[in-house]
Amino acid sequence: MADSQAVIRIEELTRTYSEGDTAVHALRHVDLSVNPGEMLAIMGASGSGKSTLMNLLGCLDRPSSGRYRLDGLRVDEMNRRELADIRNTRIGFVFQGFNLLARTSALDNVELPLLYDRRGPKVDRVKLARAALERVGLADRLHHQPSELSGGQQQRVAIARALVMQPALLLADEPTGNLDTRTSLEVMALFQELNQAGMTILLVTHEHDIAECAGRLVELRDGKILRDQPVEARRDAVAELRDLPAGADE
Amino acid sequence: MNTLVLIRIALRSIRKNKTRTLLTMLGIIIGVAAVIVMVALGQGAKEQIRSRIDSLGSNLVVITPGASKSGGVSQGAGSMNRLTLLDAETLTRESMWLSSVSPLIVAPAHAVGGSGNWRVGVSGVSAEYATIRNWEVSAGRLFDETEVRAMRKVCVLGKTVVDNLFAEQDPVGQQIILRDVPFEIIGVLEPKGQTAEGRDQDDTILAPYTTVKTRLAGRQFIPMILGATDNKADVPAALTEAKAILRETHGLASYDDDDFTVRDQNELAETAEGATEVMTLLLAAIAGVSLLVGGIGIMNIMLVSVTERTREIGIRMAVGARGGDVLMQFLIEAIVMSLFGGLIGVAAGYGGSALLEKFTGWDTVITPQLVAISLGFSAAVGIFFGFYPARKAAALDPIEALRYE
Ligand SMILES: Nc1ncnc2c1ncn2[C@@H]1O[C@H](COP(=O)(O)OP(=O)(O)O)[C@@H](O)[C@H]1O
Ligand SMILES: [Mg+2]
Repeated sequence: MADSQAVIRIEELTRTYSEGDTAVHALRHVDLSVNPGEMLAIMGASGSGKSTLMNLLGCLDRPSSGRYRLDGLRVDEMNRRELADIRNTRIGFVFQGFNLLARTSALDNVELPLLYDRRGPKVDRVKLARAALERVGLADRLHHQPSELSGGQQQRVAIARALVMQPALLLADEPTGNLDTRTSLEVMALFQELNQAGMTILLVTHEHDIAECAGRLVELRDGKILRDQPVEARRDAVAELRDLPAGADE
Repeated sequence: MNTLVLIRIALRSIRKNKTRTLLTMLGIIIGVAAVIVMVALGQGAKEQIRSRIDSLGSNLVVITPGASKSGGVSQGAGSMNRLTLLDAETLTRESMWLSSVSPLIVAPAHAVGGSGNWRVGVSGVSAEYATIRNWEVSAGRLFDETEVRAMRKVCVLGKTVVDNLFAEQDPVGQQIILRDVPFEIIGVLEPKGQTAEGRDQDDTILAPYTTVKTRLAGRQFIPMILGATDNKADVPAALTEAKAILRETHGLASYDDDDFTVRDQNELAETAEGATEVMTLLLAAIAGVSLLVGGIGIMNIMLVSVTERTREIGIRMAVGARGGDVLMQFLIEAIVMSLFGGLIGVAAGYGGSALLEKFTGWDTVITPQLVAISLGFSAAVGIFFGFYPARKAAALDPIEALRYE
C-alpha cells in the first residue's frame, strides 16, 4: 500500500504532550499511507489519539518525532510559514465544532482561505466562494451569519470553506459529531460525492454507520493503530438519503 | 498576500466591533484634540504678541534701564541703572540715525475732569513720541516741540480715559486736573488696544515731558526711551550708535558693562515670545503625555482583543494565514484605529479651539503642520503600541489558538 504516489505517508509518527512532569503519549510510532482517491475512516475510543493524528495530518500541529510526507513533501521539516501555505493550498480541514468566524456571513467565511492565497493570478474570490456554497447546497444562505444557521448548515459552510481552494485532501475530525442522523447522512453523502470526484478524504468518527460510508477503516487504541482494513459492506449515503422520507429533521 | 486585502480584513474586523473600536480610539481622540488645542493656544498667544509688538511702531529702538542678561531678558532695573532725561536729550541731539527720540516719564496721577475722576499714568513724552509709535489723534491735535519747550500744560487723552471721564461730551478744549494742576485737553488718541503684557495702552494721558517733570511732583522715573529710524535698514546702525552715545553720557569705562539695554522690535518680540514658547512646549508636552496614555490604551485593548480573538486567529491560521499576515492584520487595525482616532481628534481640536476662542477670547491658531504632525504622531502611536499585541497574536500556535476557549 505504501507506494511513492501516496497522498499521505507517515512513518514512526509520535506525538507526546508534556503536562508538567508527566508525559502523555498521544501517538506512538504510527505508520500509515493513504493513496489518492481513498476515503478513510478513523475510529477509536475517546482519548485514543484520533484528533492528535488529524491535527498532525492537517499541519496544525507538529510531531514530536517521525516523518510525514504529504504529496511526497517532507512536511515535518517545514517551517511555520511553509506549513501555513500547505494548509492554505493542499488541505481542507473540517472541525467538529465548525470553527466559523462569528458575526461573519457564510460568503465571507468561505472566502477566508482565498484571502490568504498567494499563488499566481488573481481570482474572483466572491465567485469561487459562491460556487463552493452552491456545491454544498447553501446557495440561498450566502449572507447568513453562523448564528442564523442550523448546525448542519454551519457544518456545510465549513465544508464549503474547506473545498474553496480545491485541495486534493479533505480532513474531517468528527464532522458529524454535533449533527443529527439525517444531517449526518447528508454530510456523508456530500463526502462520498466528493470522493467519487477524486478527492482523498480522511474522517474521524465515533459511529460505525458513519465509518461504513468510507472505503477503509483504521482503528486506533492508545495512540497506536489497532486495525487497518477495507470496509466490507460500504454504505451508499447518496442512495440512502434519496430513499429517506423528506423533511424529517431540518 | 497583498496589503490591500489585509487592509480590507482589518477594516472588516474594525467595523464588526464598533464598541471596542470606539473605546480604543477614545484615548487617541482625546490626546490629539488636547495637543491641537494646547498648541493652537500657544501659537495664538505668540501671534497676538507679534501683532501687539508691531502695534508699538515701526523701525523702533527701545532703550530700557539695566544691563541685559544673555537671552535678552533685562534684569530688574536697580537704583544704579537709571535712564535720565539727559540721556534722551543727548540722543536727540547727537544721534544721526534716530530721526525721532522721546523719553517716557510715567507719573501716576489722580485725574479730575468731565464727569468724575480717574487714576491714570501720565506719560511725559516729546512731540515726536506719536510719530515713533505710529499713533494718531482721532480728535483735536498733538502738542508740538514749541509747546514742549515752553512747558505748556496741554495733554492728549487715551480712549479709555475719555470713556471714563467724558462719556457723552467732546473733551477737546476742556480742562482736566492732574494732581491739582489744570491741563488743557488738546486731542484724543486713536484706540490702540493692549500691549504684549496685556496692559491697556489707551488708559493713558500724553503730556510734554518737560511739564510732567516740573509740574507733576512725585515719584518719577524713565522706564524707557523710544527712538525710531526713517528706514528699517538703519535700525542696526542706530542700535550701535545709541549704545556708544549712552556709554559716553554715562561715563562708562571700556571695561564697564552697559547699564542700559538697547533693543529693536525683533528682540522685543523674541523676549516676549520666549516666554510663550516655553508655555507652548509645556502645554504640548502635557498633551503629548495624554496622547501617550491613549497609545497605552490602544495597546491594552489590543492585548485584550488578541486574547478574546484567539480562536479567530486560530481559524485564520488553520485556513492558511501566515504569522506575518496575522501580525499585519493587527498592526493595520491598530494604525487604522489610531489614524481614524487622530482624524476625529483633529476635528475635536478644531471644535475645542473655536469654543475656547469664543468663550475666553484667547486667540488660537491651527497650522497645517500642526495637523500633519498630530496625525503622523497618532499613526506612530498606532504602530508602536500595536506592535506588541500584534506580535503576540502572530506567535500563536494554530492548534493552541483553536483549542482556546
Ligand atoms: N493539548 C494537549 N495537552 C495534553 N494532553 C493532550 C492534549 N491534547 C490531547 N491530549 C491527550 O492526548 C490523548 C489523545 O487525545 P486526542 O487525540 O484528543 O484523542 P481523541 O481525539 O481520540 O479523543 C488524550 O489522552 C488526551 O488527554
Ligand atoms: Mg477528538
